[in-house]
Amino acid sequence: MHAPDGFINAPVSAAAGVVAAGAIAVSLRGARRELDERTAPLAGLVAAFIFAVQMLNFPVAAGTSGHLLGGALAAILVGPYTGVLCVSVVLLMQAVLFADGGLTALGVNITTMAITTTIVAYALFRGLVTLLPRTRRSVTAASFVAALVSVPASAIVFTLLYAVGGTTDVSLGKVATAMVGVHVLIGIGEAVITALTVGAVVAVRPDLVHGARGLRHKLKLRVNGELVDAPDAPAAEPVPAAARSRRTVWISGLVTSLVLAGFVSFYASANPDGLEKVATDHGIDKKAEEHALADSPLADYGVEDVDDTRLSGGLAGVIGVGATVVAGSGVFWAVRRRRTGEEAETADPTRTSV
Amino acid sequence: MGAGHAHKLYRHGHSPVHALPPHTKLAAVFAFVVVVVSTPREAMWAFAVYAGLLAAVAYTARVPAAFLLKRLLIEVPFVAFAVLLPFVAEGERVDVLGLSLSVSGLWGGWNVLAKGTLGVAASVLLASTTELRELLLGLQRLKLPPLLVQIASFMVRYGDVITDEMRRMRIARESRGFEARGVRHWGVLAKSAGALFIRSYERGERVHLAMVSRGYAGSMPVIDEVTASRAQWSYALALPSAALVVCLLGWTL
Repeated sequence: MHAPDGFINAPVSAAAGVVAAGAIAVSLRGARRELDERTAPLAGLVAAFIFAVQMLNFPVAAGTSGHLLGGALAAILVGPYTGVLCVSVVLLMQAVLFADGGLTALGVNITTMAITTTIVAYALFRGLVTLLPRTRRSVTAASFVAALVSVPASAIVFTLLYAVGGTTDVSLGKVATAMVGVHVLIGIGEAVITALTVGAVVAVRPDLVHGARGLRHKLKLRVNGELVDAPDAPAAEPVPAAARSRRTVWISGLVTSLVLAGFVSFYASANPDGLEKVATDHGIDKKAEEHALADSPLADYGVEDVDDTRLSGGLAGVIGVGATVVAGSGVFWAVRRRRTGEEAETADPTRTSV
Repeated sequence: MGAGHAHKLYRHGHSPVHALPPHTKLAAVFAFVVVVVSTPREAMWAFAVYAGLLAAVAYTARVPAAFLLKRLLIEVPFVAFAVLLPFVAEGERVDVLGLSLSVSGLWGGWNVLAKGTLGVAASVLLASTTELRELLLGLQRLKLPPLLVQIASFMVRYGDVITDEMRRMRIARESRGFEARGVRHWGVLAKSAGALFIRSYERGERVHLAMVSRGYAGSMPVIDEVTASRAQWSYALALPSAALVVCLLGWTL
């Protein structure tokens, strides 16, 4: 999905660049809260991890394989702000070093692939984790859903950008069905891999999973055969936690509503027809996201694997954009209502979350 | 490790282009791409002139054409997309060699193809004449937030380490007879990815402690300040200014 130069016109690219710059500025401040002065090395290493894990090939069936995109995974493992930073840095380096994605399209690419996936995934994940029982299994389930929705969501944002500033004359309906249909498929793979990976990390180091911090149980001590709560550690800071979650909701809410309000009108004029081409050009799009497994991340970038001409069947158009948008915003509102309830609860000063 | 750590796209040389300060090159490439993208697609000759300009730069940088063309292959998916456009776009159609093609689709395909190729070529030239570390210094000089540059430099610096770690894990899996054949094996691969994350994160913590013990307090010391003289700036900006002239001509003609 790395858009090249000239795919989206200059004004819209510039606008997306401004959005991306703003989001990165917010994330830089947020990441300092998430990681304090450890931000640079930790975010850098996580970015390197995202970069490396994108080369881990997951075989699907004879000959074909997919790989992780990583936005949802980053958001769940290290938090939304650091996640945005990591994926943006990966995209920036890919654009500057490997000419993968145009320089002027960098704003578009960051907006769709870093910001949208991370925010959508994290908002959904947090919402589900608070709704579901506090177990490891629900963390895995929540990350499945979060990753599943985040990929088509990013496809929708790309379609919206295309609707405003696309330089080609393909009808919006075709682009939308192609993008969303194929990315639902990609999203399923992404969801399975993300859920399995998060599950693996939670099993070993649950403290490292940022999204599951609230799930830790209190330390219990067995004193004279009786379980008692260990005395609280010096009070952790519950205030920034609350501020952070409220802020995430606000930012994602703002972005979602802006996008919905500003661009929905374009759908009115779209005349969806003919799905025949959709599959072909997305066979290509999919291919663009699959690199050969390289020994070094820098080695195989020059030559993309070109031989994979898989047509991703007649699945395009299975899911209409409208349905996804409605479902997405529905889920978002549910999450948000739940969140406000939770905030009122955490405002209670006697309760410390460790 | 950081210093002589050239990336695979870099092509060592001593040409005038190699010698330019990195931030002037970055600014020049970015300005060039912006100019290219804002050129009207009907001005076909303009794109030929742009390609000529890039060829001149490649000649000055002594980057062989074969090298450049091979790197351009990264664009192939979008070329295929551009070729498809005339078949699917709407609008009036023309018959070319018995095929019914959309006029606007032809223009759209040409637009994506020309601008995308020029953009990729410019980026490839930048990457092949600028070392990784210089690029990061250049980004810093261009007022990218220092924290972002630090993150990028850590990513670049440890990218190879983490990938090597992944490779060792793959060899460990394979030496135990594991071979990923289908979806059933995703669990094992995902566990590797999880382990890789834990290792990366813990390495990050160790790196941070090592930095703190050497006096790190949130910002990196700048030891090699790069500056550009007026002559170097004007030399680097010759490319986008020439392109701008072409672009303006393209709009007026």
